[in-house]
This record gives sequence, C-alpha cells and structure tokens, in this order.
Amino acid sequence: MNQYIVLRVVSKLMIPVIMIFALYVQFHGEYSPGGGFQAGIVFTAAFIVYTLLFGLEAAQKAIPPKAAHILAAAGVLLFIAFGYAAMFLGGNFLEYKVLLPNDQAGETFGIIGIELGVGITVATVALSLFYSFAGRERR
Amino acid sequence: MTEHLPALQVAIGLTAAPVVMMLGRSGRLAWALTTLTCWATFAVALALFFEVSDGSVITYQMGGWAPPWGIEYVIDAANAWVLVIIGMISAVVMPFARRSVEREISASRIAMFYCAFLLANAGLIGITVTADAFNIFVFFEISALASYALIAMGRDRRALISSFQYLIMGTVGTTFLLIGIGFLYIMTGTLNLGDLAARLPEVADTRTIRAAFGFIAVGISLKLALFPLHLWLPNAYTYAPSMVTVFLSATATKVAIYVLLRFVYSVFGFQFSFVDLSMGWVLMPLALLGILVPSLVAVFQTNVKRLLAYSSVAQVGYMILGISFASTLGLMASVMHLFNHAITKAALFMAIGCLVYRLGGISLTHLAGAGQRMPWTMAAFVTAGLSLIGVPLTAGFVTKWHLIQAALEGGYWPIALLLLGTSLLAALYIWKVVEVAYFQTPDDEHAQVKEAPLSMLIPTWVLAGSTVVFGIYGNFTVNSARAAATALMGGAP
Repeated sequence: MNQYIVLRVVSKLMIPVIMIFALYVQFHGEYSPGGGFQAGIVFTAAFIVYTLLFGLEAAQKAIPPKAAHILAAAGVLLFIAFGYAAMFLGGNFLEYKVLLPNDQAGETFGIIGIELGVGITVATVALSLFYSFAGRERR
Repeated sequence: MTEHLPALQVAIGLTAAPVVMMLGRSGRLAWALTTLTCWATFAVALALFFEVSDGSVITYQMGGWAPPWGIEYVIDAANAWVLVIIGMISAVVMPFARRSVEREISASRIAMFYCAFLLANAGLIGITVTADAFNIFVFFEISALASYALIAMGRDRRALISSFQYLIMGTVGTTFLLIGIGFLYIMTGTLNLGDLAARLPEVADTRTIRAAFGFIAVGISLKLALFPLHLWLPNAYTYAPSMVTVFLSATATKVAIYVLLRFVYSVFGFQFSFVDLSMGWVLMPLALLGILVPSLVAVFQTNVKRLLAYSSVAQVGYMILGISFASTLGLMASVMHLFNHAITKAALFMAIGCLVYRLGGISLTHLAGAGQRMPWTMAAFVTAGLSLIGVPLTAGFVTKWHLIQAALEGGYWPIALLLLGTSLLAALYIWKVVEVAYFQTPDDEHAQVKEAPLSMLIPTWVLAGSTVVFGIYGNFTVNSARAAATALMGGAP
C-alpha cells in the first residue's frame, strides 16, 4: 500500500470527513433528512474504504469482529431502554415526552437516543457483514 | 403495570434477544435466559387472554401516539387465543430444546441460535398483537428473517438450500402483502386496521381495492403454505433443527392464518370477501386439494420428518376449509384447529426430536424397533398421531367434529364424507411409522439405544397428554374458539 501515495493521502483526508458527516446525519436526523440508519451505513462506508486500502487486519484492530457483535446488540438495547424508561416514568412504551420535564425536549431527547441505538446497530451489523465476506478466504 | 402488558408481550422477547446474543460462548446461560423469557411471555399472554375472556378489547398506543396516526396494539379474543398458542408452544419447547440443541448446533453458535429463536418468537407475537397493517409486514419480516437463520443452522447441508428456498418464497409472500397494504394506503390514507375497516366500504368497488385484496390473500397464502403455494414447507421443516421444526410447525403457519382471518373478516369484511368476491369458492377447492394431495404424498415418504411436514400442509387445508364455508361454525372449527393442530404437531415433532437425539436419523430404517427401545417416546408419538388422525377422545377429533358439522350445516355433505376419507389417509401414514417402530427388529447398530432423556421426554408428554386432555375436556377450546370467531366476525379489531 505504501507506494500508492495518492490513495493514501486522499483516504486519510476523506475518512475523517466521512465519519464526521455520518455523525452529522445521525444527530440532525430528527429535523432533516437522515437518521440512524443512513448514518450507520455512511459510518461503515468509511470503515470499508479504510479496509480496502489498509487491509482487513488493520481495520479489525480498530473494531474487532467480537466488539462489532457486542455493539450491535448494545444498540438494540439502547433503543429498548428508552422504551422502558418512558414506561417507568408513567408514559406508554417509547412515549419520549415523559423523559424530560419539557414535552418537546423529551421528544427530542428520546428520538436522538433511539436513533443513536439504531445508528450503532446498523453500523456494526453492516461492518460484521463486510467482515464475514472479506474474511472468507482467510479461513 | 398491567396496562403495559400488550407492549411487554413483544418487548420482553426483543429485549432478551440482544442480551442472549451478548452472552456469546455460554450456551447454558443463553438457554436459561431464553427459557425464562419464554415463560414470562407465556405468563403475559395468559394474563391478556383472561383479561379479554369477558369479550372486552384491550388497546395500547405505542409511544402515546393516538390511532390512526400512531401504531396501535389491539387485543381481543381472537388474537389473545393465538398469543396463548405461541406462548404455550415456546414455553414447552424450551426445556426440550436444551439437550436437543446441544446435540444439533455447534457450541459456538448456541447463543446466536437462541437469539434468532427469540426474535422469531417476538416477531410472531408482534404480528399477532399489532393492529397496524404496515407493522404486521415489519413483524412478518422480523420473524421470517430469524426463521431463515434458524432453519439454515440444521445439521444437514440441505438445510441451507431449503432455507434459501423459504427465503425466496417467503419474501415473495411478504412483498405481495406489502403491495396489497400499499394499495389500501393509496385508497384510504390509513394503515390502522380498525380505521381501514371503517374507510374501505366507501372505495370497495374499485379495481385497486380488489387488487389489494388479491395481493394480500396470495401473499399470506404463501406464508401459511396453502396448497399449491406450500413448496417451501416440506424442505424447511425436514432439514431444520428439531426444536425449530417443533416451534415453526406449531406457530408460524398459524399466525399467518390468523392474519388472513383478520384481513378477510375484520378489515375487508364478510360481505366484501365472501359475497362480492366469493372467496369461499376459491378457497374450498384449494383446501380440498390441499388436504388430499399432500396426504397422499405423505403416505409415500420414507423420512418421517418430511412425512409430517406434508401432513402439516394437509392440516393447513383443514383450517382453510373451515374458513371457506363462510359460516361462524366453519370459522370456529378453523380457529379451534389452530390450537389443536399446534399441540398435536408439536408433540409429534418433539417425539421426532427425541428419536433423532438417540437414533441419529429419522428415516424409516432408523426407526426399526424403536417401539421397544424407546417405549415412552413412541407412545407419545402414537398418542399425538391418533389426535392427528382425529380419533375420538383426542383434540383432533374435536376439530373434525365441528368441521364436519360446519360442512353439513352448509349443505356440503360430499365434503363431510371426504373428511372422513382423508382421516383414513392420515391413519395410513401414521400407521406406516407405527408398523416399522413396533413390528420390526432393529439392526445391530441401533439395538442398544436407550430411552430419550427426561428433559426431552417430559415436554413431549406434556403436549401429547394435552391432546388427550383437550380431547376429553373440549369445552375450553370450543368456548375460546367461539369467542375468537365472534370477535373476528364482529368487525374491526
């Protein structure tokens, strides 16, 4: 990889930007196009670019497949935790407005929270899929 | 907390699934947590069932959004009945699953396996509780995707290809369902089942709505394996791990039938489905062929699991036949058979699971002499087999009795005679197994086989015993089915 200096430099410039854009899509999802699903995919796209250029091992050093599995489950749990939290605070399941004293703030807080869960799960599931395809010939 | 029961019914399983997945290597712990979850889900289902047993209806607004904008969960006598079936089967199958799964699934995958099982279970429950058409589609996909993974984990390499076959057919089915729901949405602007039922009559006489009805009916028929759309079923049931076959055969097609009933009776309404579009005349020949042809095919099978899978297609035929009579009695017989067939077929497949555990295979040659080596397992098989045939004092008889009554009430006496005839076919294929198991001597390889372990035998007998209990005390199923049929006939959920 060392001899492809153009690819290396461009990717080093682009990958952080892609990730920041993913976070932008993630946290602006509730009032502009976007949300957890799109953000998760964009985030994984950055990882896939990195893997294509620097190899699977380097990528798996950053997020090992095991960690990806755990995070995928954790994202779902985060989503559900917001559902239960609303239930214990006197609302219905996933009724975010009871989460904070101000109804609107509660809605925003809740939607950002569950979207974060969606984002984590989508990113890590997509990554796991990519890992298992990319790692096939090694075994 | 009781007002949250409809949400908990789904949420418990969905919460446990990722936790079980995180447990990773510890298969035992994963099993224990899954078992607890299934029991808790069953308890919730029972609580809901008793709460609606007086004819009341429970509604729950997801996220506090009022219907028809938000997703609403509605529980009446009909879907509470289906919830009890799913809950009971998963609660009984889990103790059975421990040994069976340890034998059939590699240790590193057991946690993943139970995670997929919980998702399949929660998906089926979700389909049943929700009163939102699009939500039904989403839960269909959740349970279906998890089921594909479960089937693909079978030991036989053919499990993969049969899972893929199911994936293609199942996806076609749910896509048709989605197209139909999309058409309904175009015409009415709503997805809530109750709201749909209220708005449909205005626009019912349009081609879009008739097309929607066609797409939904065909899509769900694929999922419930109505002959001739059943081709995915025999392979999927044959090559899936034993525990998965037990669970899917007892619940998956039943839930699809419930959805068909919900759309046909509650959303489109009796008048539209059966009078304007004469759905009964489409379903009846398919149901009759669906009883006859797979029963005949089953007689010639040498793999017992496959034999029972074909018998499942035939049993779906009975349920559809009840619907095609377009009468309350026929509907009641169908709804009753959801339960009776679930316990019967689950008991049979559990006995098969015990036999596979000890004998290593399930073709007729493996079974030679199993009656002497594994007397309790085979006795359970015979008991449940009698219920499948419809012998008096078993659950199967209660259904057949009502089905024949419904046929006579509608004036279809040739069908009543035919039903008696097809029972003989069932007797024929069950006898094939019994003959080999009891009247042939085992080969040397299988002469030393012992009885199945108690942890598998007890759940098998719980279900085999209940086919007799619900055959003698048929009142419970008859009354519940009557209440469910009334709720379905009564219009919107």
